[in-house]
Amino acid sequence: MALASNDEIRILTPSGMLGYGFPVDHFKMGLALKPHAITIDSGSTDSGPQKLGLGEMTCSREAYVKDLEVLLEGQRAAKVPLLISSAGGDGTNLHVDVFRDIIAEIARRRGWRLKLAKIYSDIDKAHIAKELKAGRIEPLGPVPPLDLREVDAATVVVAQIGAEPFVKALDESANAQGGVDVIVSGRSYDPSPTAAMAIRAGFDPALAWHMGKIMECGALCAEPVGRNVMGWLRRDHFEIEPLNPAERCTTSSVAAHTLYEKTHPFLLAGPGGTLDLSNCRYEQVTDRRVRVSGSRFEPAKIYTVKLEGAKTSGYRSIFIAGARDPIFIGQIDEILAKVIAATRAYFKEVPEEAYRIIPHLYGKNGVMGDLEPVKTPAHELCIIVEVAAATQSLATAICGKARTTLMHAPYPGRIATAGNLASPFTPLEIPLGQACEFNVYHLMKIDSPTALFPIQVEEIA
Amino acid sequence: MSPSSGQTVPTPLREIAKVVRSKNAGPFEITLDIIFKNREDFDAVKRSGVITRELISELYNVPTQSIITFGFFDLVNAVKITLPRPRAQGGVGETDMHAAQQHAPLQEIRVPWPA
Repeated sequence: MALASNDEIRILTPSGMLGYGFPVDHFKMGLALKPHAITIDSGSTDSGPQKLGLGEMTCSREAYVKDLEVLLEGQRAAKVPLLISSAGGDGTNLHVDVFRDIIAEIARRRGWRLKLAKIYSDIDKAHIAKELKAGRIEPLGPVPPLDLREVDAATVVVAQIGAEPFVKALDESANAQGGVDVIVSGRSYDPSPTAAMAIRAGFDPALAWHMGKIMECGALCAEPVGRNVMGWLRRDHFEIEPLNPAERCTTSSVAAHTLYEKTHPFLLAGPGGTLDLSNCRYEQVTDRRVRVSGSRFEPAKIYTVKLEGAKTSGYRSIFIAGARDPIFIGQIDEILAKVIAATRAYFKEVPEEAYRIIPHLYGKNGVMGDLEPVKTPAHELCIIVEVAAATQSLATAICGKARTTLMHAPYPGRIATAGNLASPFTPLEIPLGQACEFNVYHLMKIDSPTALFPIQVEEIA
Repeated sequence: MSPSSGQTVPTPLREIAKVVRSKNAGPFEITLDIIFKNREDFDAVKRSGVITRELISELYNVPTQSIITFGFFDLVNAVKITLPRPRAQGGVGETDMHAAQQHAPLQEIRVPWPA
C-alpha cells in the first residue's frame, strides 16, 4: 500500500452518492494519480424518513452491486483502502450487513480475498433513555426536545460518527499481512472517511475536514457539476480537481460549494467540533484546480454526535384530480372545507384526531403551501387529497368518500352539474402504504468518540 | 454596472443572480441561496438595501425572529437565508420533499438596476 508521505495525502472520491453510478474512465484516471484511499459516501436524509422508518435503502440492491464491483476492482488495482460511509442511505446496522453481504458475494464470484471492517452506529435505546435523563441530549435546530415516547416509537436510532471510528478501524485491522481493504460504516458524518485518512496521517484536522466536506459530494464543487474528484492534502493547504476533463473547479465554485444544503455558509458543525471557513483563501492553481487554505477547526468542549431516527405514522391514500371550471376554482377553498367537514361527519365513529385529510392544490399553493405569496390561482388546478389513517383500508375509505363528495359537491353558481373533477387515473384512490416521520434529530454528548460504535474485522475469502 | 449612477429600473433577481435556489438543510430546515456573478453585482444588491430580514419574513410568511440564518457573505458573493421547515421533511402533508422549489419568490425580488 502506498503510504502517505509527510508532505501529501491523496484521496479519490468517485461520486457523491454510492449507487448513482459514475464514469469508470474518470475513476481510472483518478487511480492513475496514485490515491492513498478511495472514499465514497452512501448516506443522506434527503429523500425522506422512510429509509430509517421502514428499513429501505436509497438505491436498489442491483445499483449497489454495480457500483461496488467497480469500486472493489479499483481498490484491488490501487491496493489502497476503500472507505464507504452510511451504508444504504440511513446507515443502520441492517444496511451495513447488506453492504457486507454484497461485497462478500462479489468477492466470491470473482475469487477475491479481502479484509473488511464494519463500523456499526445504531444506538441502543436504553442508552439514549439514560442520556436523556441525564440532560445530555438536546434538539438540533428547530426540533422539539426529545421525548422518551418518541425514542420508543422510532424504528431505529443511528448516530453520525466522526473520524475517530474510521481511524480506529484502520489501526485495528492493520497487521503484518497488511491493512484493511474495505471499511463499511453505519451512519457517518459525510466528510469523516476522507478526514480520517488525513488526520491519521498527521495532517491538519481543519484542512482534513474541509477537504472531506467538499469531496463527500463528488465533483459537485465543479462547473459543470460532476462525479469523480481528486484531493491533494498538504501541510498548509489542499487542492481539488475534478477528473472529468470537461469540468473545472474555480475559486468561486469551490468556495460556494459549502453553501449547498447547509444552514450557514462558513460554520459547519460536526462530530467533535466546528469547521470555520470564514477566513479561507481560494486560489486558482490551474485552469481546473483550486488551492484552499486558511480553514479552521474549533474542537467542541464536549464531543457530541447527531442522532437520527424516524417512526412510522400510519398509512396513506391519495386521489388525484384536475379542475378546469373557473366558477369551481374561484371557490375551491370553501368547497374543500365543506367536503372535508362532510367526510368527517360521515366517519363520525372514527375519532377526529385518528386521521388527517390534507388537500394539495397545484395551480394555487401545491408546492409552497402556507409559504406561497401568490394568491391568485391558475386557470386549472391539480387537486391531490392526502388521507393518513391507522390502516390502509381506512385511509382509502376516507379518501374515496372525500373524492366522491368533492366530485358532486354543490356550490354557489354551479352550472356544470354533471361532476366537478377530471380524474386521470385508476385506481381512483391510490394506496401509498406506510407513512414515516423524522422524530429524532438531536445532539447527544458522548464520552468517547469510539465507544458506542462497535468495529468488526473479517477476512472474506 | 453600478446602479449608483444613471437611470435605474426595478429588475428581478432572476435577471441579476447566477443562482437562486432552495434545498433542505437537514430534515427540519430550508436553506435559500442567492449567488451573484461577481463582487460588483453582490455589492450593488447589498447596497440597495432591498433584501432584508423583514422582506424574507413577508415573502415566506415567517416571523423575523424564526429566521435561522440571514446574511450577505462576501467571500462567496452570496446571500444565505435559512428558515425552519413548515413540517419535518417527508411526513404527512409534505409538499416538497427536497425543498427544491421554495426559491421562486426570491427570483421576483426587484432591485434598482441600471437601465
